[in-house]
This record gives sequence, C-alpha cells and structure tokens, in this order.
Amino acid sequence: MPAARRSAAKWLALGFSLATLLLAAVQFARFDPDAKGPFQLTESHAWIADFGVRYDLGVDGIAVVLIGLTALLIPFIVLAGWHDADPPSSPPFGEEGPNRVVNNWRPVQGFFALILMVEAMVVIAFEATDVFLFYIFFEAMLIPMYFLIGGFGDRAGERGESESAAQRSYAAVKFLLYNLVGGLIMLAAVIGLYAVTAHQLGTGTFSLTEIVQARAAGKLEFATVTERALFLGFFFAFAVKAPLWPLHTWLPNAMGEATAPVAVLITAVVDKVGTFAMLRFCLQLFPEASKWATPVILVLSLVSILYGALLAVGQRDIKRLIAYASISHFGFIVLGIFAMTTQGQSGATLYMLNHGISTAALLLVAGFLISRRGSRLIADYGGVQKVAPVLAGTFLVGGLATLSLPGLAPFVSEFLVLVGTFSRYPAVGAIATLGIVLAALYVLVLYQRTMTGPVKEPVRGMPDLRVRELVVVAPLIALLLFLGVYPKPVTRILDPAVEHTMSQVHQGDPKADVPVNDVEAAK
Amino acid sequence: MSHAEFVHSLWTVAAAETPQKIPGPHIEYVQLSPTLIVLGVALVGVLVEAFVPRRARYHSQLALTAVALAAAFAAVIALAAGGYASDKAHVAAMGAVAVDGPALFLQGTILLVGLVAVLTFAERRLDPAAHGRPVDSFAAQAAAVPGGEAERKAVAAGLTTTEVFPVLLFAIGGMLVFPAADDLLTLFIALEVFSLPLYVLCALARRQRLLSQEAAVKYFLLGAFSSAFLLFGIALLYGYAGTVTYAGIADVVSGATQTVDPALASTTGNDVLLLIGSAMVLMGLLFKVGAVPFHMWTPDVYQGAPTPVTGFMAAATKVAAFGALLRVLYVALPGMRWDWRPVMWGVAIVTMLVGAIVAVTQTDVKRLLAYSSIAHAGFILAGAIATTPDGVSSVLFYLAAYSFVTLGAFAVVTLVRDAGGEATHLSKWAGLGRRSPLVAAVFAVFLLAFAGIPLTSGFAGKFAVFKAAAQGGAAPLVVIGVLSSAIAAFFYIRVIVLMFFSEPKAEGPTVAVPSPLTSSAIAVGVVVTLLLGVAPQYFLELAGQAGTFVR
Repeated sequence: MPAARRSAAKWLALGFSLATLLLAAVQFARFDPDAKGPFQLTESHAWIADFGVRYDLGVDGIAVVLIGLTALLIPFIVLAGWHDADPPSSPPFGEEGPNRVVNNWRPVQGFFALILMVEAMVVIAFEATDVFLFYIFFEAMLIPMYFLIGGFGDRAGERGESESAAQRSYAAVKFLLYNLVGGLIMLAAVIGLYAVTAHQLGTGTFSLTEIVQARAAGKLEFATVTERALFLGFFFAFAVKAPLWPLHTWLPNAMGEATAPVAVLITAVVDKVGTFAMLRFCLQLFPEASKWATPVILVLSLVSILYGALLAVGQRDIKRLIAYASISHFGFIVLGIFAMTTQGQSGATLYMLNHGISTAALLLVAGFLISRRGSRLIADYGGVQKVAPVLAGTFLVGGLATLSLPGLAPFVSEFLVLVGTFSRYPAVGAIATLGIVLAALYVLVLYQRTMTGPVKEPVRGMPDLRVRELVVVAPLIALLLFLGVYPKPVTRILDPAVEHTMSQVHQGDPKADVPVNDVEAAK
Repeated sequence: MSHAEFVHSLWTVAAAETPQKIPGPHIEYVQLSPTLIVLGVALVGVLVEAFVPRRARYHSQLALTAVALAAAFAAVIALAAGGYASDKAHVAAMGAVAVDGPALFLQGTILLVGLVAVLTFAERRLDPAAHGRPVDSFAAQAAAVPGGEAERKAVAAGLTTTEVFPVLLFAIGGMLVFPAADDLLTLFIALEVFSLPLYVLCALARRQRLLSQEAAVKYFLLGAFSSAFLLFGIALLYGYAGTVTYAGIADVVSGATQTVDPALASTTGNDVLLLIGSAMVLMGLLFKVGAVPFHMWTPDVYQGAPTPVTGFMAAATKVAAFGALLRVLYVALPGMRWDWRPVMWGVAIVTMLVGAIVAVTQTDVKRLLAYSSIAHAGFILAGAIATTPDGVSSVLFYLAAYSFVTLGAFAVVTLVRDAGGEATHLSKWAGLGRRSPLVAAVFAVFLLAFAGIPLTSGFAGKFAVFKAAAQGGAAPLVVIGVLSSAIAAFFYIRVIVLMFFSEPKAEGPTVAVPSPLTSSAIAVGVVVTLLLGVAPQYFLELAGQAGTFVR
C-alpha cells in the first residue's frame, strides 16, 4: 500500500476491534450466570496429543467479564493511539523544537497489528482451560508487547532522541526478561504437572477440568512438597505479571517509556492475565498449597499496596506515578484473592474490571496531556484547568476513581476487598486501609500540581480535548459512574464463578463479624 | 606309519574337510540404498570434477548433488513406508548397520538438512563477481597460499571450488551411517568418513582465509584427539566383551553371554575395561556433539568456517552425533545406565550452563550461535539420558526442529555483508531492523525459536525434552535447563534489541539480495520453524513411532 493510504490500517484495526467488542457482547449476553458446571461456551479440539494438549476453550464468569474489559478497552486504545505511530511531522502543538513524534522504524500498520495480536492472545489466555494452551499464549504475548514498548514512544522532549530510545529499549528488555524468567519457571512447573498426572493417571493431561475432577475423585493426589513446588512455579510467573512486590520493578519503566495507549494495554489488559491466572490456576489446581502460602502472599500484597502508594507520592513523572499507583492496586487485587473469602474474591475480580477502566481513563487523559506538552514531568505543568477545562475535568474524574471515591466504580471493589480481608485477617485489612489514604494523597497532589495554580508559560494556549479524544474518554467515565452506582450486572456474573473457586479451595467464609446486609448493600 | 604316509594322510584329512573360507559378506543393498546412493553420486562427482569442462561443472555438480540427496531421501521414505522403521526393523550388512526407526528418522533429517544446505552452498550472488564471473563463498583454489601469487591468479581466472559438492556428499554419506552404525568399528569408520570432508570444507572460505584455515587445523587436531579416544575406547570394550557389536556388548554387560573366547579369557568381563572403555567412547561422541567439557573447538570452528558450511555442520553433525550417542547408550550400554547416568547428568548440566553463560559475553554472531549450539546440546542431552521411549523420540524431534532453525539462522548471517565480506561482529548489526525489516524479522523468528518462545519449533522441542526428562525422574535437570534457557533468552533478546531498537551505524553493513537459492533455504527454515511450533503433532507422532531401536 502506498504510504498515504497506510492510515487504512487504523480504520481496519478499529473495525476489527469493534467487531471483537461486538462478539464479546454476544458472549456476555449468551453467558448464563446461573448455569451449572464451571465453564460455559466450551470448545474443544485435539491439538498436540503427544503432550496431552488440547485446544480447550471455555469461560467462567470471571473470564467473561475480563474478556469484556479487554474487548472494550482495545477500540479506545486504538483510537487514543491514532497518531502515535505517525511519521514525524510538524509539532502538533507549540513552537518549541523537541516536540516531534519519535522513532518511526515501523510503519503505522505494525503498531495496530501488534495491538490486535496482543488482544487475540490475551483473549485466548482468558479462555483457555488447558494449562498448556494458556501457557503458550501467556508467553507468546510478550513478544508483541515487547515490540510495542520498545518500538513506539512518546515524543522525546528535553531528553533528546537517542537517550529516549535507549531508555525505551532498556524498558522493553527489562519487561521481557522479567516476564520471560517468570514464564520459564512456570514452564518447569507445567512440565512437573504433566509428569505428575502422567504418573498417576496413566496419561498426562493439562486439562484444568480433568485435573480438578481427578483430584475430587481422589484419583490424583499431589505430595505436599510437589504441590507446593508446582504452586510456587505458577505463582512466581503470575506475580511477575501482576506485578507483585518485589517483582514489580519492570512496570514503572515499561509504563513510563511506552506511549499512553500501550501503557494502558500493559496495566489494564495484559497484567490482568496474571491476577486472573492466580484465581483460575493457582487456587484451583493447588488449593492446599495456596492455603499454605497465604500468609506470605498477604504480606507481599500489603507491601505492594503501601510501597506502591508511597513511591507514587514521591514520583515526578506522571506516567511512573500512575504505574506505582497500579502496583498498589494490584496489591489490593492479590490481597482480595488470597484473603479466601467470598467478598474478598468478588471484590478482587470486580477490582480487576474497575481498575482496568479507571486506569485507562486516567492514563489516556494523561497521555493526551503529555502529547500536548512533550514532557512527562509533573513540574512542567500547572494551571491546565484554566486553559483546558474539559481535559482537567476528565483527569480529575479518572484520578478520583483511582483513589476510590464513593460513587465511582473502584470504590465498590476496594470496599469489598477490605471487608473480605478484614473478616478473616483484621490486622491485614487495617493496614491495607492505609493504602487508600495514600492514594488520596498522590492523586490530589498530582491534580493540584498539574491542573491548578497559575498557568505556566508552556501550557498557555494548550488546546482542550479534541473530538477523537472525547470519544475515548467519555464512555470510560460514563462506565465508571454507572458501575459505581449499579455494579449488579457484573457482580451477578462474577459471583457464581467466585463461589465455584472458593468451593475448589474447600474454604468457607469465616463467621461474619461484619453484618452481611451491609456488604450486600454495598454491592 | 611312514613319514610319507603321514604326509599323505594329513593331506587327505585336510581335503576331506571343506576348507575354511572367509564367507562373502551378505549385504542388503536395498536397505542400505540411501547411503549407497549418496556415496555413489559423490564418486560420480569426483569424476565430473576430472572430466567435465570447468564452465559446466557448477551446474552439473549442483544438479547431481540435489538429485542424489532427493533420491536418497525418497529411498528413506520408501524404507520407512515398507515397515523398516517398525516391524521389519533389523540389523543389515552382517551386524554393521541398523535399519530401524531412529536410523531412518535421523537419515531423513540429515538428507533434508543436506538438501537445504546445498542451496546455501550454491549461492553465487552474494559475493561481488570476481572478474565478471559469479563466485560462491568458497576459496577460488584451496591449495593457493592466502594472499599469494597463486591465489591472485586463481581469482583472476575465475576459478571456483566445485569440489565442495562431492565433498559435502561424502560427509553426508558418513553421517547417514553414523547414527545407524551397530558395531563400534562401523561407528569409527563412519565418524572418519564424515569428519575428514568437514575438516576440508572448513578450510575453504573465500574471505578471511587464514581464519578459515586456522579453524580447520584446530578442528582437525582436536577431532583427531577425539578419534583417538574413541578408538582406544573401542579397543578396551573389545577386550572386555570379545566383540564390537552393540548387541554383543550389551549381552556381556547383562551377563546373558557366558562363553568366553579363550584368547580374551584374561580380560573378558573385566569391569575396569568396561568402565574406561565406555567412558572413552562416550568422550569421542560428546566431542562431536559439542558438549562441555569437549566443546572448545566449537566457537573457533563455527566462526572460521565458511558460513554455509557452519550452518550445515551445526545442524547435520549434531543430528548424526546425537543419533550415534543414543544408539550407544541404549543399545550397547543399557546395562550400564546406573554408571553413565550420573556422569551424563553432570555433562548435561555443565553444558547447558556453560553454553548459556559464556554466550552472554560474545560479540560475534557466529560465535554467539556456536555457544548457543552448545547450550542446545545440553538441552538435548537432558532428553537423551531420560532412559524412556519418550526421551528418544523427544530427542529425535528436537534434532529435526533445531537443525532447520540453525540452517536458517546461518543462511541469514550470509546475507549481512560489508566491504570485507560477511559482517559478523554484533555491533555492525545495530539498526538492521530499520534498514531491512524483513531480514531482521526472519532472524528474530530464528532467535525466538532458539530461545524457546511458544509457537516456534524451539518451544515444542524444548518442552518435549524437558517433559521426557521430568518423567525420567530428572527434575533437577529440568530446573537447571529452564534457568539456563532464561540466561540464553537474554542474549537472543539482546540481538533483537540491537537489530530493532538501536540506531543504525552510518557505515554499517548492507543486506545483500540473495538468489532464489538462499531465499528458499531461509524460507524453508522459517516455514519449518513455525509449522513445528504451531502444529507439531504429526511430527511428534512420527518421532514417537521412530523411537524404538533394533537390537
């Protein structure tokens, strides 16, 4: 195609992502939350019989919701990244020199093709009920992500182009190595799982359903040590992906250097695979080991919550600030999962959805802001609300959602996680609450420094949100408001799946110290 | 009885018994046809070199070689289809050569590798034409002193070394016998038959001839050492067992054979001979495999040899040598597995770790791939010593998958050139992805396959061997294998970073546009890599069916 028509790729990508959204909506509609059996809409084909691998797809409530989130965010990501891969052109705003779109070693279509590749792999990972199939796509999605991070970046700004490229390539490599090492350790555990099933069942299998059934029927028993080792192998990979302290250090780099839409893709979509997999694979395959590891994991997630929030307070770079905030939020999600209470887990699954939407909103607006000024430093902004009120307003809503303001969606989930944790581990719940306080601090300070105050010189004349940008942000904010007031449609789908998972772990809720009615009311 | 009578009676007695003739060898020509075709055409190739005019040699040699390899491959397929891979498997040529599943699978692989390698051997569009004549990557005249008068004349006359084709065929012929050899002497002869042509091929580079000749001498000297070890080991094993056939040795080890040859009565059954002998035989084989601590030759030879030869050697030698190693371990020395397993465990662990760690510091693409091949040898060893049928078939699959990735990767290396020939220093590869996205993307596919990223053949192979190792009770090997994969991934990724995310250098190399020969070699590599990654089932089954050795 001639260069002038390359933009056709954008429309094509948008079209396909919308079609996917439509299919996801159909799936959402056809999903019956009250049906029996763990998985619905299943599909099964022989794939690599020698390895006992089948192409098994199926969704439970959690997967349906997360696929919906993925399909929902991708069109916005495509729209928001509309100009991110454009060839260098005249600066879109302002007169100063360094405002140039950086790095165009790849044609436009590559950017959108990679985004769609990631979407496809993430969706298959959410749907896979075969451990091996899941693993393949869990690993394979690293490669397009790697090129997205390393190949496309913000305008270089004051840093200069070559330094910016070096930073970006460093971030991409760090991302890949962390996740690859996690994945390879998981590979050892995957092989171990096969060896155990082959040894005890006669034929090795990777099917989640088969393994769970065989365990229930007593045909398959893990020795304690084996189960713990396998659990650790799986959990390590998911903890890198999620990311959990102390395996989180790749995230700020990757999110800081990637363009805002790609950063959304990382934190709102790809990382969810990690927390999702903890629920689906760690808890269901290795319930005993999960209980054994709970104390340590709770401590790690507490550290994540507080450490992420504290570092977010200290950041000078907008995107890195949001990255650390995300680490804090992932701490909440993992906390909810491993509190092993129904409220905690439904909170955590709901949190995955809400965090995706709220972070996407905040980060995309931040991206629009950064693209106007060519700098990620908080200190370079001030008084934006006077020149670009809509931008500032949407930024505020996104920020408030991030700090879990009641009335916005994340509040419900955060509350559920805390209640669920508190009912079993009061001390842990109490400490986790500090995370919310810190969240208020970093969000409000960020808003105050960038948006309020006297208008700084470089910000003067900054245009407000364009139509394309509004189209991206408005639906996300509408969703935040809607789910904040009425989360029922989602919780109705999530809850049976959560109960199923809980029953797999053979874990009941502790006797309620908190009146159950309050919790129900909160939903 | 008079003296005369005595003589007379002696003569009659002798006449009454049928004289002890040496029996004529019984050779199953059809079953050995793949090897015979290749070696036969190699001889024809020598005749072509002698009688066909110079200008027609290139085309006739190329056609002959390709036809020979294709015909031999067809013969392998016919044999496999005729049941020789399964129920009709047996030992042909009076106990010298096995015709069974592993042998036919590996022979087929070697022949296909050879066929693809011939394409890269025949490439004549990459080097700038010398005096108006297209030249390939081999020296104009091997005997001419580098930089001397003779070389200048040879280049001016536009000579090319078309001998490489028959030499290649001899090497392939030896490699076909190597994994099929069913007695130690045949093993040794096959080793020499394929090694000597390789030594010669290594010395034939057109550019950087001194480096190439140095590589050949190193390869030859160390190879001679390893041959000596192997031969000494064979002698000791003969002393122990009184036979050189694998089955015979296995019987003596297991105690099934009690009859003792009086001439060897003092040594038969002496465990010292058995242990030292088998250790030495294994050393010889591990040298060819390139396992630590017998790997020292690999980087130098890979770097110095002409790149098409390196690609061929890295792929085919590994296939043949692992085939022979498997057969020795599983047919001749299965009774010894409690002795060799711990040792081979150690070798596998050290090989994986050393290969991966040392590769990190490499700055030359060919040396990098050499160390990566060492690490891969370690991975394959992990499967090879699993002592399960799965272990054997996983190794077969890994070898097939790995050899095409290797061929493709080295074929890409031949394309990246500057004024001095191939630009193999990594710093020159910076920014390749921006200048030639396609070539860089293809190389990235190969690197990802080496790294074992899912949806490439490397992952399927790695999974197969690690799975076999885990089931064989070698969980620590799997963990170490996975860790060294992580280390290895680091340097593969580094090359990708360099190609895609670094600024191109101003005076960097250009990517030559190859003829359809190299292009199709690379295309085959990519297709096989992706096919075995996405849909490996058929090939896994094939390898699974081929996993039984004949005794």
